[in-house]
Amino acid sequence: MKLTVRVWRQSGPDAEGRLVGYPVDDASPDMSFLELLDVLNESLVEAGEQPVAFDHDCREGICGSCGVVINGRAHGPERTTACQLHLRSFADGDVIDVEPWRARGFPVIKDLVVDRSAFDRIIQSGGYVTAPTGSAPDAHATPVPKPDADLAFDNATCIGCGACVAACPNGSAMLFTSAKVAHLNSLPQGQPERARRVLDMVDTMDAEGFGGCTNTGECVASCPKGIPLTSIANLNREFLKAARTSRR
Amino acid sequence: MLEYTVGAPIADDKAPDGPIEDRWSAHKFSAKLVNPANRRKHRVIVVGTGLAGGSAGATLAEQGYHVVQFCFQDSPRRAHSVAAQGGINAAKNYRNDGDSVYRLFYDTVKGGDFRSRESNVYRLAEVSAQIIDQAVAQGVPFAREYGGLLDTRSFGGVQVQRTFYARGQTGQQLLLGAYQALSRQIDAGNVELHARTEMLDLVVVDGRARGIVARDLVTGEITTHLADAVVLASGGYGNVFYLSTNAKGSNATAIWRAHKRGAYLANPCFTQIHPTCIPRSGEHQSKLTLMSESLRNDGRIWVPKQAGDPRPPGEIPEDERDYYLERIYPSFGNLVPRDIASRAAKNICDAGFGVGPGGLGVYLDFADALERMGRPAVEAKYGNLFDMYQRITAENPYQVPMRIYPAIHYTMGGLWVDYDLQATIPGLFVIGEANFSDHGANRLGASALMQGLADGYFVLPSTLNDYIARGGFDEVSRTDAAVTEVETQVRARIDRLLSVGGTRSADSFHRELGHLMWEFCGMSRTEEGLRKALERVPELRAEFWREIRVPGSGAELNQELEKANRVADFLELAELLLLDALVREESCGGHFREEYQTPDGEARREDERFSHVAAWEYGEKPVLHKEELTFEHVHPTQRSYQ
Repeated sequence: MKLTVRVWRQSGPDAEGRLVGYPVDDASPDMSFLELLDVLNESLVEAGEQPVAFDHDCREGICGSCGVVINGRAHGPERTTACQLHLRSFADGDVIDVEPWRARGFPVIKDLVVDRSAFDRIIQSGGYVTAPTGSAPDAHATPVPKPDADLAFDNATCIGCGACVAACPNGSAMLFTSAKVAHLNSLPQGQPERARRVLDMVDTMDAEGFGGCTNTGECVASCPKGIPLTSIANLNREFLKAARTSRR
Repeated sequence: MLEYTVGAPIADDKAPDGPIEDRWSAHKFSAKLVNPANRRKHRVIVVGTGLAGGSAGATLAEQGYHVVQFCFQDSPRRAHSVAAQGGINAAKNYRNDGDSVYRLFYDTVKGGDFRSRESNVYRLAEVSAQIIDQAVAQGVPFAREYGGLLDTRSFGGVQVQRTFYARGQTGQQLLLGAYQALSRQIDAGNVELHARTEMLDLVVVDGRARGIVARDLVTGEITTHLADAVVLASGGYGNVFYLSTNAKGSNATAIWRAHKRGAYLANPCFTQIHPTCIPRSGEHQSKLTLMSESLRNDGRIWVPKQAGDPRPPGEIPEDERDYYLERIYPSFGNLVPRDIASRAAKNICDAGFGVGPGGLGVYLDFADALERMGRPAVEAKYGNLFDMYQRITAENPYQVPMRIYPAIHYTMGGLWVDYDLQATIPGLFVIGEANFSDHGANRLGASALMQGLADGYFVLPSTLNDYIARGGFDEVSRTDAAVTEVETQVRARIDRLLSVGGTRSADSFHRELGHLMWEFCGMSRTEEGLRKALERVPELRAEFWREIRVPGSGAELNQELEKANRVADFLELAELLLLDALVREESCGGHFREEYQTPDGEARREDERFSHVAAWEYGEKPVLHKEELTFEHVHPTQRSYQ
């Protein structure tokens, strides 16, 4: 396949960025999208130019490292991660635009690499169960109804890639935050910190510069792990309940 | 050919005496304690945030230590443990199927082909039950039954159901548990996290590990961090083979630099090869993807009887197919252990019967299962794996058989540690895949997650405490010559990499090294091949330092520089790996030396000569120190699957 890749090049956080077009002549439909960037980079290095910086690691769709906007869509035309997107989704001769996540909460570091540490700070503010090591009760001491366990699991599948933020016209982190709240708040182990968790996480989310949710649903449409919109409804409900009853 | 000398045997692994079931509790009781108020005066460095590093950092911080933690990823949640699919073993006997700590211990020693330590493995089995309790308390959403209790399944040919799982993403869920616990400690100020920061060297002062030199991968700044102890939880080195199931960033730098500072590296040639990997599709391939081994429970493996048969699989009639595993191993069939299944696939492909691009693949066929169980049942059991396969290959496995081929998956070798998980440099602790201690020559399914968390949550917090309590930490100044010299060497190496200005990319060297390693030191090894590779690797290393091209500067985010720095280490580690494989004149676990096989082609261990750990000391010529292994409880027997 012959493709033209137009990549966002930005040498640093404060530098100006622009799209630069590169022809790739020897692409194979079996390549993943990141392998296309590998091939491009190898030719750039051999030509003595700076390769394109992009985040990636496991390349199995689970670590959440990769994430680029491809032709205007987070992770590209299919509902998967960029590492699991293959060139067979494109046609010979296509021009493909590649840009970083764009959101106030995710400042650009270089080229396609953005800083997503705000997600970590949201988790640090309450996305955990306080459970000291070495003294936990037997795992069977607290049975968990299967529907609750399944709901928790469905939300725990979030990989924290940030596509939801990148796809949202408001740059909102509601889907990410709601997934973690739904995961822990639906388990008995998460009950004691239930109210505090949602209040603190929402506070942090706002303070990190993420926008509000207007139920556009773009986040859900681009989530590679299928976190549902009902998680956001659940977050709103948990938040209101906690705001009214919290004793903090 | 690289020469080596034989040094003094390792006399003491610090394993306690007495009945095996009491050793760990006795050892814990005799360990010294540190007053909680004094703990905050001690700094501990933890490198890596996977299951081992994340759980260790969280636990040490909770105990009161000041933890300084590093990961090269942008977030600790992305460590490669996240990609583990299958499950985690624990001797809970929730199924009442006769499981026990002793049985898990027995299975693990046997599965490791009698090259692991009994004391360590017993301890691993002992704390396994606690790991599940801990993870559940943290909110890890394991699969459950309708009654609300935890579900388990069997794994890797074991005869009890002791594997706990969270759909196909047990690794991610356990890692998130550890990450959340770590996050809580970061927020509390007990952990100082350096993400996107890579350890490049170890600081040893007066014979003890006292710090690391690291590079901030965003700014390029090189900094020294000092502490009272250093914990390496930096994972395995399987990427020395270039194509593996490891994440792209997984590397050997932390352990290799520690090795060069004096830590012994044990059994580097013990690598695990996984049989059910999606075959590569071409030269561009950057990594391999594993599919859960559970597929072999219902899929049948075959190749056409006629070499190079051009027909699509559906048009090859039943009597023209060779179900070779069922033919050679009638009693185990498609469920033979990983090393056997892998080697059989390679042999049949080498003989010209392989299918798919380049003939490097065999069929894993679900046609019989679909007929027997019906599509809905197959979908319920394996649906996510089928979807993943279809996404990667664009073939529908409900209609055509999948193609699989073996791949490098996990490294059982690593830095040598004693029972306390301490390396030969005092104050340097090594946990998880980065150490060598528990798996022997082979690893059972669902035991890697168990070891990472056992080390991090339960073992290290006790043994490190004892080391700190014994004290004697002189103040180390940032300006001490022993400290500044390391930093100077790190800077010099980076400057050198940037200034070669050659013509080749780091990836091109890495690929070439990988081809060589897979060809001569993969599933099947011969003296001749190993000698060939041992000649070629030093040449390749010399070419690297002549021809490497790293654009850009060191004072910025420079991913080519990161890669080149890691490939340089792989090029050194590879040589020791080959040497270790050459010296070990036996077939053991995933390591098959063709000269050492039984008349019917099975692996032949040489217990008389090789019932030991090969622990290598760095030097002009590597020095081999042997640690004899003794088996009081599980007696070595030939593994036979026919």
